[in-house]
Amino acid sequence: MATVHLPSGLTQYTGGVETIDIDAARVPELIAALGHRFPQIAEQLGEMAVAIDGEIYQDPGYQLLRADSDVHLVPRIAGG
Amino acid sequence: MTVTKLHIETTINGEPREFLCDSHETLLSALRNGLGLTGTKEGCATGDCGACSILLDGRLVPACLVLAPEAQGRAVTTIEGLSSGDALHPLQQKFLEHAALQCGVCTPGFIVAAKALLDAKPNPSEDETRYWLAGNLCRCTGYDKIIRAVLDAASEMKESAI
Amino acid sequence: MTTPREFKYVGTRPIRHDGVDKVTGRASYGADVVWPGMLHGFVLRSPHAHARIVSIDTRAAEATPGVKAVLTGKDLPETTATIALGEAAIDLRDVGDNMLARTKVLYHGHAVAAVAATTIDIAREAAEKIQVVYEVLEPVTGIDRAIAADAPILHPALRTKGAASPGAAGPTNIASRLEFKRGDVDAAFAEADVVVEREFRTPMVHQGYIEPHACIARCGEDGRAVVWCTTQGPFVVRDACAAIAGLDPAHVKVIPSEIGGGFGGKIVVYLEPMAIALSRKAQRPVKMVMGRDEVFRATGPTSGSRVRVKLGAKRDGTLVAATASLWYEAGAYRGSPVGAGAMCALAAYKIPSFFIEAHDVVVNKPKVAAYRAPGSPIAAFAVESVVDEIARELKMDPIELRLKNANAEGDKAPYGPKYGPIGLKQILEAARNHPHWTSPLAANQGRGIAVGFWFNAGMNSSATVILDTDGSAAVVTGNPDIGGTRAAQAIMVAEELGIPVERVRPGVGDTDGSGYTDLTGGSRVCYATGMAVIRAAEDVRDQLKARAAQIWNVAVDAVGWENGRAIPPAGTEKAEAMTVAGLAAKMAHTGGPIVGRASLYAPMAGPAFGAHICDLEVDSETGQSKVVRYTVFQDVGRAVHPGYVEGQMQGGAAQGIGWALNEEYIYDADGVMENAGFLDYRMPVASDLPMIDTVIIEVPNPLHPYGVRGVGEVPIVPPLAAVANAMRDATGIRFTELPLSPPRVLEAIEAASAVSVGA
Ligand code: FES
Ligand code: FES
Repeated sequence: MATVHLPSGLTQYTGGVETIDIDAARVPELIAALGHRFPQIAEQLGEMAVAIDGEIYQDPGYQLLRADSDVHLVPRIAGG
Repeated sequence: MTVTKLHIETTINGEPREFLCDSHETLLSALRNGLGLTGTKEGCATGDCGACSILLDGRLVPACLVLAPEAQGRAVTTIEGLSSGDALHPLQQKFLEHAALQCGVCTPGFIVAAKALLDAKPNPSEDETRYWLAGNLCRCTGYDKIIRAVLDAASEMKESAI
Repeated sequence: MTTPREFKYVGTRPIRHDGVDKVTGRASYGADVVWPGMLHGFVLRSPHAHARIVSIDTRAAEATPGVKAVLTGKDLPETTATIALGEAAIDLRDVGDNMLARTKVLYHGHAVAAVAATTIDIAREAAEKIQVVYEVLEPVTGIDRAIAADAPILHPALRTKGAASPGAAGPTNIASRLEFKRGDVDAAFAEADVVVEREFRTPMVHQGYIEPHACIARCGEDGRAVVWCTTQGPFVVRDACAAIAGLDPAHVKVIPSEIGGGFGGKIVVYLEPMAIALSRKAQRPVKMVMGRDEVFRATGPTSGSRVRVKLGAKRDGTLVAATASLWYEAGAYRGSPVGAGAMCALAAYKIPSFFIEAHDVVVNKPKVAAYRAPGSPIAAFAVESVVDEIARELKMDPIELRLKNANAEGDKAPYGPKYGPIGLKQILEAARNHPHWTSPLAANQGRGIAVGFWFNAGMNSSATVILDTDGSAAVVTGNPDIGGTRAAQAIMVAEELGIPVERVRPGVGDTDGSGYTDLTGGSRVCYATGMAVIRAAEDVRDQLKARAAQIWNVAVDAVGWENGRAIPPAGTEKAEAMTVAGLAAKMAHTGGPIVGRASLYAPMAGPAFGAHICDLEVDSETGQSKVVRYTVFQDVGRAVHPGYVEGQMQGGAAQGIGWALNEEYIYDADGVMENAGFLDYRMPVASDLPMIDTVIIEVPNPLHPYGVRGVGEVPIVPPLAAVANAMRDATGIRFTELPLSPPRVLEAIEAASAVSVGA
């Protein structure tokens, strides 16, 4: 199960849930499962970058997850 | 139709050249657009950035503040006239060795301005170099390597002159 | 643990391959080309900061002899496309509206029409004949006005995205709100022995690249377009042009010129789709070049800001609690870098409890664009100023205080994930041990230190390495070379193939000549594109090994590789090690030409920190200050060409010093920028600065084969606070508003001395 950390700013829409374990082999399934669980933030989840075990992917695509991956959803960042 | 263009005869980088221009056209525009000498850059067109630095009868001027007709009968030196044959000018060589350019758009102006400095003062101090080049903006380098390149070129030119 | 690799070329300083063209004036930048039959485009811009466009009458302009095409917003399709480019430049409808207003003008200088004519003078005169009727609206010229209850609304449909503040609903100028929190902040502050809280303001500042935006485009009867332009991202331009001008991206080719600086400001399109649309109407090439005032008024500066920071510490210096409230101006359309600012604000410190909120605010000023570590310098100015105050209250050395709280590998970044290997402690220790830190100061001088953080981007990169029969190689990528990346890429190919750097020809491909590559920016070229270059060179090497195996009639796996030579397996008869040149000469007999290629998507590079020490001398009679000594420490992972790495560190520091001391957008009450030229927008010149010393720290990034982290952005983050902290040290005054220009400093010094005289 990957451990997903929700952005703290969104916990007002998740009933205070900050961390949740999700069984998903790839990022899209993980996002879909989260969106299913928290429909109010589903739209925003798709616009976020994903940090998997410390590596931030601006466009996470179909990145694979390990069974014990630590996943953080973070805002996208622009570079100059 | 009346003739509206002026006919100018001048010397550019040692060669006699003729061109046509409007009376209000800048020398920068004439060099870049009429004569195809695009090494001289435009960064502001108001005399504040030095990207268009040229020598007019040996004097350092921003070409954007000179009217093209003023070149009549005078000698213009641009960045294209600095190397001789297949040898770079020592300033050009030192800019390369010191990595004194990043984007490089300010570089022609700096090299022409630095040449004017070394023509006037072959052995400038760091401070003199910084003040002389204060009319040239570089946004990439923080000037450190530019100043080092100019000082190094000065000492090398002095040595080879001995 | 693997033994560190020995490098032959990485870490050397060869002369850049494009150098001679650039010191002789031969290199072609955006405005340097002429295409046969080309027209000149001129843009008509709004004289109002906020107005509704009632009508535009272009008939008189169209009737002017020499005019070949006139364009208004109505000529372009509305697009809803987006490009994934992080938080700053995503919505192409906004990019299109920003390029050419449709219904409303949102800042002074906003484009409303464009004319293409046989000469620039004709185009300009014709543009002046265009009749635009405006219904003028009250301008919103700053954050305070934008968020007032009765503020005029820029975009009636705009609603706050993200973590809305309670009670926020309906039309607003707050485009988004983000929160980051950890722990119980109130309880943590109650435990603190010292608490410092300040509010900071910074004005809009511009990237200030010396080359103005310029392009030339042609669009034929078949709807195919070719664009030559100065840009950090040719593929971004291609996709944006197609969407905004209404073309199939398959029909657009973008050729990047040499680029005269960008710093994030040459990513968004301002001219290119207009040039295409004008060319399509006129069926001739159209060249468009901005003037400097247009660059200031109508291209991306970075945000003006209001940032409130509160920090709490124990007596021993342990930071226990923090709050930060960030408000960044986005300009006319949503998308300031405030999210990144919030993520960077506390990135250096292990603080168990914090609350950060970030607001993106639209105002009637130009839409901001990325500017070197977008969002981070503003946040660091506030946080690092408050950290300095905490050190003063605790009478602690500011480096010791920072070291005590510094994040290290395994610590959790404030934005969530754990850090990998990072060099924050190493740079702080290097700063503490550097002679600059302990050297004596003269009278009227002060010393400041500050640290800064940036993520460093990854994303899409492609590279092709082409081997020639003489054993030399060309390497092509899609990244315009803005500061020496060609040389770095040549070094990498040389390193992998074992051929001299001078025998590698690095090139920049156009959008048809290279695989998709994200922009030159985000400190990503040496890291992400560099990784593609290394892999493409490895691909060449693997093919060479296969060719050697063929020649020796042995298994590929048995072929070794050492010092640029294929090594036959022991005991192979009549086989001697073969060089790249030897193998290349035999290509035709062993299967034909060899081309190596690699494409990849890189995660964000290793996060990086820098620390800057600034010595400032202040003239208390004039308020004038001067940086007298400056040292930059930075963890770059690995310096591939140290000369250009130092150059990035020095250049970033100089830009940050300008931001701290002099640069600002000055607006009048009507929202008109009053200083849109280099005379009044005062960037640092050579006589303003000392030599800028650099100390390169290399804590290798495990994600890159050489350990590269990226370098370009971090160095603009610390200077704002480093300078302000030095000013505090020199004058005893904590300045919370930039720039520290002579009038502001003088006023504060006089006010302070009046108080002390009065007391
Ligand atoms: S273009 Fe002449 S000084 Fe800037
Ligand atoms: S090298 Fe880019 S402006 Fe000087």
